[in-house]
Amino acid sequence: MKPPLRRALVTGLLSLGILVATLSLVAIGLSGIANGQPPSGTSGPYPPVMDPDVAKGYYVAVLGDCVGCHTVPGGLPFAGGRPLVTPFGTIYSANITPDKDAGIGRWTADDFYRALHEGKAPDGHLYPAFPYNYYTRIGRADSDALFAYLRGLPPSPKRSPRSDLPFPFNIRALMMGWNLLFLDKGDYKPDPAKSAAWNRGAYLVEGPGHCAACHTPKNFLGAPRTSRDYHGGDIGNGWYAPDITPNKRTGIGGWSDEELFQYLKTGRNAHANAAADMGEVVAYSTSRMTDDDLRAIIAYLRDRPARADDTPAKPDPAVMKAGEAVYVDSCAACHRMDGAGSMAMFPRLPGSPNLQQPNPSTLIRVLLVGSRSLPTDARPTPTSMPAFNWKLRDEQIAAVATYVRNSWGNAAAPVGVDTVTRMRKALGADRRTLPDGYPTDMRHPNPETISSPHTDSRQNGTGQAGTAADGGGP
Amino acid sequence: MSEKLPSVDVLVVGFGWTGAIVAQELTDAGLNVLALERGRWRDTPTDFAPTFAQDELRYMWRHALFENLAHNTLTIRNNTSQTALPMRVMGSFLPGTGVGGSGVHWNGQTWRFLPSDLEVRSHVTRRYGAKAIPADMTIQDFGVTYDDLEPHYDRFEYLCGTSGTAGNLNGQIQPGGNPFEGARKRAYPTPAMRQAYAPTLFAEAAAKLGYHPFPQPSSNLSQAYTNPLGVQLAPCTYCGFCEKFGCGNYSKASAQTTILPVLMRKPNFTLRTEAEALTINRDSTGKRAVSVTYVDAQGREFEQPADLIFLGTYALNNVRLLLLSGIGTPYDPRTGQGVVGRNYAYQRTSFVNAFFDDKILNPFIGAGAHGMHIDDFNGDNFDHGGLGFLGGGYFGVLQTGARPIETHPVPEGTPTWGGAWKKAVAANYLKTTTISTHGGVMSHRGNYLDLDPTYRDVYGRPLLRMTFDYTDNEQKMARYITDRAADVARAMSPREIKVVYRDGSWDVVPYQTTHNTGGAIMGADPKTSVVNRYLQSWDVSNLFVMGASAFPQNPGYNPTGTVAALAYWSLEAVREQYLKSPGPLVRT
Amino acid sequence: METKLSRRGLLGAGLAAGAAGALPLAAPGAPEQSARGGGAGPDIRGDMPWQEGAADAPFPADRRAGYIYFTAAEAAFIEAAVGRLIPADELGGGAIEAAVPLFIDRQLDGQYGHATRWYMQGPWAPPLKTQGYQSRMTPAEVYRSAIRAIDDMVAQRHGGVPFAKLPPDQQDAVLKGLETDELAIEGVDTKVFFTLRLQNTIEGFFGDPVYGGNKDMIGWRLIGFPGARYDHGPFVDRHNQPYPLPPVGITGRPGWMPRDEDGQPKEVGTKTHV
Repeated sequence: MKPPLRRALVTGLLSLGILVATLSLVAIGLSGIANGQPPSGTSGPYPPVMDPDVAKGYYVAVLGDCVGCHTVPGGLPFAGGRPLVTPFGTIYSANITPDKDAGIGRWTADDFYRALHEGKAPDGHLYPAFPYNYYTRIGRADSDALFAYLRGLPPSPKRSPRSDLPFPFNIRALMMGWNLLFLDKGDYKPDPAKSAAWNRGAYLVEGPGHCAACHTPKNFLGAPRTSRDYHGGDIGNGWYAPDITPNKRTGIGGWSDEELFQYLKTGRNAHANAAADMGEVVAYSTSRMTDDDLRAIIAYLRDRPARADDTPAKPDPAVMKAGEAVYVDSCAACHRMDGAGSMAMFPRLPGSPNLQQPNPSTLIRVLLVGSRSLPTDARPTPTSMPAFNWKLRDEQIAAVATYVRNSWGNAAAPVGVDTVTRMRKALGADRRTLPDGYPTDMRHPNPETISSPHTDSRQNGTGQAGTAADGGGP
Repeated sequence: MSEKLPSVDVLVVGFGWTGAIVAQELTDAGLNVLALERGRWRDTPTDFAPTFAQDELRYMWRHALFENLAHNTLTIRNNTSQTALPMRVMGSFLPGTGVGGSGVHWNGQTWRFLPSDLEVRSHVTRRYGAKAIPADMTIQDFGVTYDDLEPHYDRFEYLCGTSGTAGNLNGQIQPGGNPFEGARKRAYPTPAMRQAYAPTLFAEAAAKLGYHPFPQPSSNLSQAYTNPLGVQLAPCTYCGFCEKFGCGNYSKASAQTTILPVLMRKPNFTLRTEAEALTINRDSTGKRAVSVTYVDAQGREFEQPADLIFLGTYALNNVRLLLLSGIGTPYDPRTGQGVVGRNYAYQRTSFVNAFFDDKILNPFIGAGAHGMHIDDFNGDNFDHGGLGFLGGGYFGVLQTGARPIETHPVPEGTPTWGGAWKKAVAANYLKTTTISTHGGVMSHRGNYLDLDPTYRDVYGRPLLRMTFDYTDNEQKMARYITDRAADVARAMSPREIKVVYRDGSWDVVPYQTTHNTGGAIMGADPKTSVVNRYLQSWDVSNLFVMGASAFPQNPGYNPTGTVAALAYWSLEAVREQYLKSPGPLVRT
Repeated sequence: METKLSRRGLLGAGLAAGAAGALPLAAPGAPEQSARGGGAGPDIRGDMPWQEGAADAPFPADRRAGYIYFTAAEAAFIEAAVGRLIPADELGGGAIEAAVPLFIDRQLDGQYGHATRWYMQGPWAPPLKTQGYQSRMTPAEVYRSAIRAIDDMVAQRHGGVPFAKLPPDQQDAVLKGLETDELAIEGVDTKVFFTLRLQNTIEGFFGDPVYGGNKDMIGWRLIGFPGARYDHGPFVDRHNQPYPLPPVGITGRPGWMPRDEDGQPKEVGTKTHV
């Protein structure tokens, strides 16, 4: 598509009165999944496969992490219905089991290929929350294998809820315009100058892996800003997908190939634990890839241009001092006084790219409400960061965040108190959350029941308590 | 009327250490396992996070992790001539509730019993003659030997990542370890913890006196560890809020930090919380358990059928459930007949404070199983000829963290309050340490458990009644080893010492140990035991009773290592024998 | 004997236990938890539950000024009494300065005062020495009845002057009488009261400040206890050396807020911040 035409279309869309200003720099992605608890558990999500042809399709499903979006936590795999909160409204993932009415049971292999390739279903246009702008790189053979795999799944008759988008985004035909602007359709074209492994890696990253869907910033229409490929992106709900270019401070440049491999294979290494959306990606996708494919991904990412480094502002020494006090008293329990952490449990803080992202929102979020590493078969312990929202004030969160971003050789812009305040409110972390099952019911006292403070235990039992069992007294 | 639920293969009652071990082993065997837990779900980041776990008032003094006595307690007395009254406030022992059980707030002291502990009657008879055992001392052999249990001790230590120094590797005595221990096939999975100043001073003094100090075997880990299930533990940070607290940084072994990450993901395992078992129901023959009736948080009753039932509640609750269900003959102290409730035992503790002027000990640095001990006076590691008692205990400086509401030692003669007390506390807090003794209790005809005739719990069920006192044997033993501990204290060259023997009757008020044992003991004879050597009920062959309720008497060690080893031992028999041919594993 | 175990080969992974019947193919979902109050549950399977933001954090003491449980007369008594148990002196503040009376007030107003987790069912009987607490009164009631009775007794003996107005040496004499049971008062377990109050005073002096006592960590500073810090790893084998860090409570210490050179709270600009 010619650039002038793109510009014209953009102007056209703008003139529709879309409130683009508020939507800029936010992404359509996996993030903002409304349901809180991410799916977890790697042993079970994929139904067992016996047929070798179908097994090929299973592996394509793994590469594309289809199960992550197309499954409601606790629900039937691939049956869809998972809400994806986008800046444009809530989109529900489709049921892609072979049910004839609710799923894709009536689709042909051609229909399926077209959906992957062009974002077009037999009954209309798909939203790019379904990442067809990446899946378009998937070749016909892989598409057919994936389709065969999905056809063999247990069908679910459950219809996915209608997506809840306001005008004008509810006009699916608008996606034709989006596609003209942003969809660069077609199979992956190998680069003959590069090795086979590099090309395989490029295919996996740019195609089924759709890494850029999160790790590349988006424009106001939710399309990737390709000039900043893999520089990191705000994926909503407080999460920031980090820089994965070879930048040594904020990207993967400081990690060895082996460390990258461990991260993708097990979800952990010395520097980071995969949590939330990336936790799912590891649990359902990368941890199930072949070692060769992981090494190919690493080879490709290593060869991308590094994000140009910036020179962050220096923090206020008073803030650093307060931050150090909070750190020593509150963080050293796990990350230790020197920030060394513990391999594959508590991330090492010196040199941590996650801490040094230009956008600190993941750090603030994790400090406020905690985060849970997704278990994998290799690393089943779901090591978790506890919530600090009830304990630390905004000034203290800002101070400790600034401290860890600027200690042990780390350098990143100081975190503003107002940024923390906004995040706290957005996450609802200004309220206290008690653990699940916390006892409050006094009508039938169970072993853990707590009473309201103004009752005492003599009003607390059944009528039988304290009465003689055999009619006799002491 | 209770609602009947669909049947399961295996039902586990109580979800602490043994419940988790049973579920892990039997789900591995392909069975569907359901665990009932009366408390709620608890896990590190939400329920004992390092953001709030270090709270002495809440956990130690307000008992946040312990059983709620308003709901259920037991009655206590020292002998049958007295009227038992309810334990209204916790003190002497602190059973837990909730997922992980007491294994959440344990110390992590991970011992093996001595080979002679497991065969104490035979051993004493061989060495000192049958007359050495008083007529009322009802000790008996466990029915398993150290060699039987060695692989299972090993299994538990490698599950936990236990930190220690081997003292006896395949019969070779090792420097720095406990030379009295039974032979172990391999070293501890992780090296011993680093030692603070006071335990180091103790070890130096003990060695000077010719004793054999060694580091406390500890499941507060000296370094990061990944266990055979792939579950990870982190290194201990010596925070000093360990025993009576949950661990905030995954460094103390518990069901949560060693088993649950794998177990909870299995499709053939279900955990049902807030489900308190009321009775075990049997079929019309009385020889087969068919279900467990439980009550949920809303007070509704359910009947949960199962083919195989494991009791894994706290030792005292195991005994109570058997009594409430009418399984096995209750013990009668007058005749000595009957078995359920028989041979309840406890432990005998005492301590010696050593006050220094010139040594900063920083006693708040600590961990539940951090310290140096000697075992020279435990079990039958020393000649009891002429001493007038059997058994013994270990002693040493176990520096668990001097939390100040509980620990603010003052010298003899200091008033209990006022300006002089305040000055003494301020002067001595950082410069005082404590040698504590941890002695066994031999079982006795008059110490037992039964149902109380008067008091009831919230469900209207009779409370358990505990009749217990120390006998002359324990008093003499405690005097003897406390004096030896005082010898070591003096050899540490303090300014002064204070010796607290804790003479007199057992008292429910001061905390002593949460090591209540017996009442559903194991053995070779159904006339003197509730379960056979595989922890299988003699009366009901599809019922197994785990835990320290199986100890025929209480050796001078913390019980958890042996509780777990017995569970693995029992489950090996279940997997290899019972599942192939359900029925009694030992014929009578 | 036929048992279901004989068909265990059929009961491998994939079928679930419990009321919900057979589990569908294991979902990649959150741990499945049945809703509270629905069916037999809550059942947990599939994973270890975790909730964003969840924390079984402490409930702090009510920070409003003034007493909630104590009447004015009771408060006067308690202030005087705890001040004698742990007096201010040249080493620093005592129980009053540590706000121990406020701590006890909040404790008595809460679950502890109402013996919520104690077994408080009758019948009651005179206990043996080894049977521990056997009062039919909750701690809150013990305080109320004992303070009234002691004040009445003191007023009778000292011409209408309540305990709080006695000179310190006479207050000490009363407290000693309570401790040794010499001042037993009919119908009131004064010894139980003394024991509870000494225990509660020590709790308020050395407990975490979040519960209203140990104000400014007075108790911890007095003895050198570092409080709620979690990593002592660097100090384990620094034998015989002073511990270098100041005490900290669960909810912090003054050093946690940015301060200027005079130690005053410092407004931190946001211009250069992200």
